[in-house]
Amino acid sequence: MSDAWIVVLVVGAFTWAFKAAGPVFLGRRRLPAKAASVVALVAPVMLTALVVTQAVGGDEEIVLDARIPGVAAAGVAISRGAPIVVVMLVAALVTALVRLVV
Amino acid sequence: MTSDGRPTPRVRDGVRAALPLVLGPLLFGLTFGVLAETAGMSAVAAIVMSATTFAGSAQFAAASVLEDGGTVLAAVTSAVLLNVRYIGQSIAAASIFPGSRPRRLIESQLIVDESWALSGRSGRFEWPILVGAGLLLYVLWVTSTAIGSVVGSVLGDPNDLGLDAAFAALFLALAWPYLRERKPVAAALVGVAITLLLIPLAPAGVPLVAASAACLLGLRR
Repeated sequence: MSDAWIVVLVVGAFTWAFKAAGPVFLGRRRLPAKAASVVALVAPVMLTALVVTQAVGGDEEIVLDARIPGVAAAGVAISRGAPIVVVMLVAALVTALVRLVV
Repeated sequence: MTSDGRPTPRVRDGVRAALPLVLGPLLFGLTFGVLAETAGMSAVAAIVMSATTFAGSAQFAAASVLEDGGTVLAAVTSAVLLNVRYIGQSIAAASIFPGSRPRRLIESQLIVDESWALSGRSGRFEWPILVGAGLLLYVLWVTSTAIGSVVGSVLGDPNDLGLDAAFAALFLALAWPYLRERKPVAAALVGVAITLLLIPLAPAGVPLVAASAACLLGLRR
């Protein structure tokens, strides 16, 4: 088997197990109250961490570039209640323009 | 109707919710197809990876390690570390999956950052949104990988279009409704600090996993 196929199959198997972890092994069982209040924080924590890695993440370094004005503009759009399409378009447009100019 | 009086969403509402996002999986899928080929993956291997792993960042990481001449172990480790975060996401959304264990196993594979995030947009997770959004993104991802690995390099860097910032903006928009109370804000700030601290120190994926330690603030009253 080629190296590439080993990587494809092993990564695939791990990812299947990770994604299935909750729905298959935990299912609809109620979590104890303490665990539930930890899990309730997964969404806000993970989403904001994704914002950070997506906005300033580089190859093991923090990169401040045209993404910053894009995300800042998106922040303004969000605070004014813009729908998600508009928010994404604003970010892409501002970032692309800054990249074009700089 | 749901308990708060809104109509129960359907799978097609999930598809609709993911429509603004379609450019991402399309362009990045094409790019992955091209990168996989230069990394020595056959078109079939690239398509199988998109169909089974279905997680862009991990696939890019694995392919670029191979392309740089890295070992199998290095490629697997970087991709697996990037995907560990799905354990947290799948536990958070565990209770919305109906039916038998095999059915839950299959449907849980539609969890990907974007479908998971969209499915929690009303403040609690909704199965039709996750499955509808996941299905649309899945089909686009596998198809565009196939096209990219066969047609090859016809486009430049999708990030020239500002797509990287658009996805940061998407996650910000979806985080927003959660950030109204003190506890989630505090946890999110701790998570952000951990992420910023670890980005320069640890391989990609580790900062996201470490940030989830901030969820332990849930133990405090």
